[in-house]
Parts: sequence; structure tokens; C-alpha cells
Amino acid sequence: MTDMISPEFFASVPDPQGRFGPYGGKFVAETLMSALADLEALYRELAVDPGFQREFDSDLAHYVGRPSPLYEASRMSDAIGGARIFLKREDLNHTGAHKVNNTIGQALLAKHMGKKRVIAETGAGQHGVASATVAARLGLDCHVFMGAEDVQRQSLNVYRMKLLGAEVIPVTSGSKTLKDAMNEALRDWVTYVDNTFYIIGTVAGPHPYPMLVRDFQSVIGREARRQSLAMTGKLPDALVACVGGGSNAIGLFHPFLADESVAMFGVEAGGLGVETGQHAAPLSAGQPGVLHGNRTYLMQDQNGQIIDTHSVSAGLDYPGVGPEHSWLKDIGRVNYVAANDDEALAAFHRWTRTEGIMPALETAHALVHAEKLAAEMTPEQHIIVNLSGRGDKDILTVASIDGIEL
Amino acid sequence: MSRLSTCFEKIRTEGRKAVIPYVVAGDPAAAITVPMMHRLVAAGADVVELGVPFSDPMSEGPVIQRGHERALENHVSLANVLEMVKVFREDDADTPVIIMGYANPVERMGYPVFASACAEAGVDGLITVDLPPEEVGPLNQELKKVSIDNIFLISPTTPAERITTITANASGFIYYVAVKGVTGAGHLDTADVEKHLAAIRSKTTLPICVGFGIKDAASAAAVGAVADGVVVGSALIDTMAQRIESGGTPEQGIDDAVSLLASIRSGVTASIGTTA
Ligand SMILES: Cc1ncc(COP(=O)(O)O)c(C=O)c1O
Repeated sequence: MTDMISPEFFASVPDPQGRFGPYGGKFVAETLMSALADLEALYRELAVDPGFQREFDSDLAHYVGRPSPLYEASRMSDAIGGARIFLKREDLNHTGAHKVNNTIGQALLAKHMGKKRVIAETGAGQHGVASATVAARLGLDCHVFMGAEDVQRQSLNVYRMKLLGAEVIPVTSGSKTLKDAMNEALRDWVTYVDNTFYIIGTVAGPHPYPMLVRDFQSVIGREARRQSLAMTGKLPDALVACVGGGSNAIGLFHPFLADESVAMFGVEAGGLGVETGQHAAPLSAGQPGVLHGNRTYLMQDQNGQIIDTHSVSAGLDYPGVGPEHSWLKDIGRVNYVAANDDEALAAFHRWTRTEGIMPALETAHALVHAEKLAAEMTPEQHIIVNLSGRGDKDILTVASIDGIEL
Repeated sequence: MSRLSTCFEKIRTEGRKAVIPYVVAGDPAAAITVPMMHRLVAAGADVVELGVPFSDPMSEGPVIQRGHERALENHVSLANVLEMVKVFREDDADTPVIIMGYANPVERMGYPVFASACAEAGVDGLITVDLPPEEVGPLNQELKKVSIDNIFLISPTTPAERITTITANASGFIYYVAVKGVTGAGHLDTADVEKHLAAIRSKTTLPICVGFGIKDAASAAAVGAVADGVVVGSALIDTMAQRIESGGTPEQGIDDAVSLLASIRSGVTASIGTTA
């Protein structure tokens, strides 16, 4: 692998067909092909347009509140006694998660395309909220598809979206979670493709989405790289991020991919345990296949049917993963591991009490692995964890698991 | 000559239009699919299109989605669907059968295994909704080896230069998706369909069949007047499902679907000559 690691190598994906090695591509119905071609053409033009970049950066600075801080979690690091743990504070972004970096970017694309209607799928509701937020700001009509089960467990975010003027459409087909919301969003898009921009919430979907969402989220890693050098005088020894579709992880990892000394860990949802089959960890326990417009690792049965996933965190409860992660797994650049529901809940409480930072349940999965990793490392080393979102949205779930009635 | 070309050739010389019913294999019950296929043929189907159940049928409206869900409750897999075609072939050597589905079950089976299983079962054509021309190449190579047609879709949003590339690679027939949207939805605009078909015909002599949005004998007749064939899916499945939901047996559900197909057949037949 050593000789492959260069900035040029990692910049060579996706290829013009949208491929990351064998993964990615454009596996969608014919009706959407020209919409994807239009989007790609526009994006290729704007990606190198300094005016567009200025507009994006300005929104990130003044509306989102970037750069987000890099914070040294001293009490937790001391308690563990191993590597120092730094948190990239995406929870401090406007709307409370990394998701808004991407919706700002895609909303600008929608504006440039003159689309007045936007749709989004959401699991935890963070992407739905971030979409509803940018739609409110630009005066766009916003429809968010959300699995009926997630509507229940993320009711606070549902109400937030409604307050922001979005229509939330509960999806009752299939497993009633994120994958079904994405099916329904694709059905809506194919129907209203002329006037609708589909804001995909993660680095999945058909090309060019995995590429453009990665590019918008890479601001996380670019800042973290600068901040690490400024605060510690060196690059981090390891990066850790949770992986649902993989947008916060790729956002942190991407600017470091060519830095060989930086180890990377993507943490999937182990649910009740990967060995139980009740999880959402396709990279740990799935096989390659085709879903939602791309080829990637999927949770599926021997007949190629997508199987139900389980995770305590709605934002990780997805049977697929962004195609670039599948490729990074196969070439061995990133390690993918899993953290279980109960470990994530314990980490949620531990970090809240020790650092005064209440992480999203998604993020808590990353913290679980960061703690294990830090314990095996030395105090001269440091780890950056993507603190992808804040946990306020999850307090009803946590309370009910803890048997507390609010 | 392939069964599909023989069939369309015959239809053309007889001055008819093809009627193509779509049903989901295994819906409402696995044992009923093959008898239902024979009954659809007896009621006037020229080609039978069998849907392969998939957990995430992204291009289907609610009616066909539920068909997929029922078939999956009956544990019908891609291998089972091919088995059904094989059994159908024991009593019908002539009627072309095409299977329509999504990429992942085929990916999981593996392209070479799938192609030879199709050939062995007597499948004539394949439509894979989420394998557009950009992605279908490797599978199409395997299908060509066993002389199975990959049926390409063209939609109202397909630009002219894309139509040229698609028709250059197509065989069997062209499937024109008449509405932007999912199956069973939308309002079909015959004038618009006619305009698009003219654009496609300027590029190919292949037959063009039209699907999505054909609801009854009248809409089938209107489309049949301008196309070489009509595909009817949601209307049949809805009729069947409604009968079963209101207490009917699966057999009665099929009776209703077969009568609907017969009325569509006569509607399409009657429309010829009125507009020609
Ligand atoms: C806070 C937070 N982190 C992580 C995720 C997982 O998404 P991704 O893997 O795309 O970062 C979500 C998704 O809802 C989220 O809300």
C-alpha cells in the first residue's frame, strides 16, 4: 500500500464514472440519469469557481459558525492515561451537527440550478433539520422523508423541522427507518425531477453525490489538520469517527488520507453485537452489492435482499455505507470496527459527566473506540475524534432506556 | 430468431399491438404464479413480464411495492423466479417471458451464473431498473453469450443523444417509460408519448412498448394506437389485491386480474384501425 499513498492517488477517485475502485457508480432509473448529469456538470464547474467557494466559505463562517474548535478532552484523557484525545467540535455548528456543512453546499447548488423545491431523507433528523434550516433561509419548499420508527424516536427533531416550515413525511414501508426514507425520497425525486433538488445527507447515493458531499464535509479535516499542527505541533496519530453513511468520517479523514502516519478508524453501529446479526455494520459484516444508486458493502441475505438493521442510534441505522469507505476498507487505508448499543450508551453518560459534552448517540460510538484506542497508546500521541453532533436530540431515547419518565 | 423477435414480427405482420402484463412472481402466493401466467396468455397476453421481488423496489409505487412485500413474505427469491419460468416453459414454448427487477439479487447470484440460469429456464429478456446503460455493460456481455435481450428503458427525460446510444445497444424491444415517476402513478399524456415515440423511432426500427401509467382499457387503447405494445402492471395487481383484501380468495383475485387483462386486450385491438 505504501507506494499508493499520495495526494494524487486519493484525488483520482472517483473516476469520471463515479467509481471508487469497484464501488460507487450511478445505479438509478433512467429517468434520473439526466438530472445526475446536470448536477455533475454544474458541480464540476462550481467546484473550481472561486466565487462559489467564497460563497460557501462565507456561509460556513457566518451562518454555521466555522471553524469549529478542536478541544482537548483533558479529564477523559487523564482518566484513560493513554493518548491525548482531542474532539473536533462539530456539535457546536449551527443546528448541532456536521450535517449542515453539506446542506449549505447543496442548497447553494439548488440555488444555482434555480430549483425551488428541495427534498431530503433523514434518520436521526439531524440532516432533516439541517435541510429545513437552509431551505427556510433561502425560501425553498422543503419535504423531509423519515422512517415512521425514526419519527417516533427522534420526535424533538421532527418538531424542529416543522417549526422551520418543512413538511415531514413519515415512511411506513419496509423497516420504517433510514433506508426506506431514502427509497421514498428517490421515488419523490423521480416524480418531481424537473423542479426538485434532492439534498442527500451522506456520502452515499449515485454519483456525483458521494463526491460532492465528501468535498463539502472535508472542511472538517482541513481545519482539524491546521488546528492539530497549531496546538500540538504535529499531525494526529489517529482519527476516529462514527460511520452511518460515512459523511462525518470522510469529512475528517479525507484531508489526511495521504498522511501515512495517521491511522484511521471508522466505527459502525454494532447494535446488539455484530455476532447477533442485529446491527448496522455493513463494512464489518456485509458483502458488496447495489443499493440506492451505488455499489458498496451492504447488509443483505444470500438472495440479495437487504436485511433489517438495528442500532440504538437512528443516524447509524442504515444497511449500506458510502462507496468511498468500501474502497478505503478494501485498500486497507482505514480500519472499520464496531461499537455496540450498550457501549455507546455508557460512553454517552461518561462523556457527558466527565467533559460536560453531551454527544449524539451516533457520535458516542466513535467515543467508545477512541477510549479503547487511547488506552493502547502513549501520552505523547494524540487522537482526534469527530464529535459529529450534540446529544440533545437523544435525551428522550436515553431516558426511556434508563427507565426514567420525563 | 429469438422468441421476442419472432413474437414481435408476428404481431407486426398481423397488424396487432403487443399486450404485456406485469405481475410480481410469488404474489399473492408462490404456487399461483405459473398458472396465472398461463391464464394471462390465454386472455391475450403476447409477452409476460415477471417482477423479481426485492426488498427496496425504488421505482415502484405503493401498489407494486406491496406486491413485492407479499412475495417476499412468501420467501420468493430470484432463483425461485427462474424456477417458475422453467415450469411455465414446460407448457408454453412460444410466449416470451421477460423478468424485471433490481440489480442487487442479480449481483448476489453473480452475472455468469444468473445468465446461464436464465437461459436454462427459458427467460427471453431482462429489465433491470437500476442498471442504466452506464452500468449494465458487464451483465449485458454475459446475457449476449446466451442470446438473452437486455431491454433498455427510455424515459421522458432521456436527451436525444442518449437515445441514440441506447438504441444502438438495444435488442428485443425498447421500453418507453411514459411518465416521470414511479409505477402506477401519474397522468399519462398520449400526445406527449406520441411525440417521444416519434423521436425514438427516428433512431431505431425496434418495437417500442410503453409502460407506467396505463390504468385501464381506455388508456391502453390510447397508447396502443401509437406504440407497438403496452405494459400493464399496477392496474392488474391493484385489482387482484383489492379482491383479496375484501375477502376474496387468491384465485378470485386472479380471475379479476385476468378479466381486466382481457378487457385491455380488446380495447387495444379495437383501437387499431380507428387511428391507423
Ligand atoms: C450527529 C451525527 N453523527 C453521525 C451521523 C451519521 O451520518 P454520517 O455517517 O453520514 O456522518 C448522523 C446522522 O444522522 C448524525 O446525526
